[in-house]
Amino acid sequence: MRYALEDAMKNEAYRDAAVELLFQLADDDFILAYRGSEWLGLAPHIEEDVAFSSISQDTMGHAAMFYQLLHELGAGDPDELAHARPASDRKNAILLEKVNGPGTYLTEPHYDWAFAVVRNYFYAQAKKVKIESLKNSSYQPLAEAAVKVNMELYYHLLHWKTWFSQLVSAGGEATTRMETAMETAFGDLDGLFSLGQKGAEMVKHNLIESEDDLRKRWVQAMSPVVASLDINMPEKFGMKSGNGRDGVHSSDLQSALDTLGEVYNFDPAASW
Amino acid sequence: MVNPISFDQLTEEEKYQHFIERIEAGEKIEADDWMPADYRMTLIKLISMHGISEIMGALPEKEWVPKAPSLRRKLGIMAKVQDEMGHGQLLLRVVEDLMKPLGKSRENIIQDLLSGDLKFHNVFHMEAKTWGDAGLIGWLVDGAAIITQTNMLDASYGPYARALKRICAEEVFHAQHGEAIIMALAEGTDEQKAMIQDSINRWWEALLMFFGPGDASTTGTSKQDTTIKYKIRTKTNEELRQDFFTKYIPRVLSLGLKLPDETMHFDQESGMWQYQQPDWSKFKQIIKNNGPKSKDRLRLREISYSNNKWVIDALSAKA
Repeated sequence: MRYALEDAMKNEAYRDAAVELLFQLADDDFILAYRGSEWLGLAPHIEEDVAFSSISQDTMGHAAMFYQLLHELGAGDPDELAHARPASDRKNAILLEKVNGPGTYLTEPHYDWAFAVVRNYFYAQAKKVKIESLKNSSYQPLAEAAVKVNMELYYHLLHWKTWFSQLVSAGGEATTRMETAMETAFGDLDGLFSLGQKGAEMVKHNLIESEDDLRKRWVQAMSPVVASLDINMPEKFGMKSGNGRDGVHSSDLQSALDTLGEVYNFDPAASW
Repeated sequence: MVNPISFDQLTEEEKYQHFIERIEAGEKIEADDWMPADYRMTLIKLISMHGISEIMGALPEKEWVPKAPSLRRKLGIMAKVQDEMGHGQLLLRVVEDLMKPLGKSRENIIQDLLSGDLKFHNVFHMEAKTWGDAGLIGWLVDGAAIITQTNMLDASYGPYARALKRICAEEVFHAQHGEAIIMALAEGTDEQKAMIQDSINRWWEALLMFFGPGDASTTGTSKQDTTIKYKIRTKTNEELRQDFFTKYIPRVLSLGLKLPDETMHFDQESGMWQYQQPDWSKFKQIIKNNGPKSKDRLRLREISYSNNKWVIDALSAKA
């Protein structure tokens, strides 16, 4: 069965599961777009600065769409959801909140392009797998949003895959740096597939497919790249830093929230 | 038109005459056309400064991108700063073609920036302390840029004129984006109103300086005569500054803001705005990279350059 907004509002268990899933989707995109915006002006070349910025805007736009769907389900004002929720309420995967590298975006940003490429590529592929699944979601507004997101995601994936393949196969320092970044990413990759404690409910209501299915499809999608680049992919991925879906987060998230909410928190009641 | 075979046989003087006749007739000079060395050098200097200013100009606003106070503002300012980087890229492409016969490339432009040989616009050496500054940059700095760039839309050098057409179209959106931020603040709380008054007080002198000195007597040199002679621009610095006043002073006042210059008034007799001159010796210092944020922002470019060197090396090894 397909649920419209009115149907979801009449079924509390369904609504709760949908809200939980939407928080995961919104928070994932929001924090990664924020990390992308910190890169502005610091990318390896000007052309990349323009392209990366465009991707971060798309991603921020997707977050805004998901927060809007949450708003319709009675979760609150989109700007408040994005700017004012404490870290313990955030549902993003920890891999996405990690800093871009040493320093801050204002002072001595010694950012790591290898980590940026690996994180964005792995995430874009995971998001692609999820979005494909969400196109068949029982929640109609989410299925419609997935179709829109999917069109832009095609380019994100292509972009990051190109960077990934070029740098992994470059040899020397580039390959070593990419391997180090992959090790970090694999160590927390499972956080991307986790659906949290309401995962079983989400699957039961046909909101999205199971974690196992999503993970399997990710591995499948990556396998030609892994084979052609001779990448050492672990059998099992980790969640070393904890599960963000449960509200567990690193101090990196708190400092990001302090920055991104600085003006908003100056006067949350004001119109900006 | 002279046919190309006989053109090669002309003396330098005849080629120059032919070139002047072309630009006088409103023809566009293209990258591969003959041009006097002086014209080429003037363009390289002007457009590389413009291009690198777009790129350095992204940095003060970039400080506010992650902090923008709503989802809508975050999207707006991300798009705006991306446009500025895009303009930088477009302009550097134009300069690259002009530099090619001299055996120079984009690498030289970046090196010249880092060494201090290539200057960037005075406004981008200033601090952007508040969200109000982020709005003011979009509104008045981009507003000022529209005025100077519109003045060159018909530039005799075709590739620059075409790049400017696209840039100006986008700058109009930027000015609207900035104005929307300022309007929200102007209609907001007392603190928000105070925020924009503070911004305008701090940015006023930099905005006056934006158009450059009235003539060479203030700073020693001025390229405006050369650029006018070569039909790259039409109006003088002072004419542009006056256009800016005419367009923006009424708007500033209508928002209930005060001008930080009490002497400022429109003199009916001369048809000119009378105002307190900024400290031009300070201007000279600022563009020599001794402004409040010059070193910090150059440091950001330097870090980006050195941190990503392995990426560029990896890409060029593959090419």
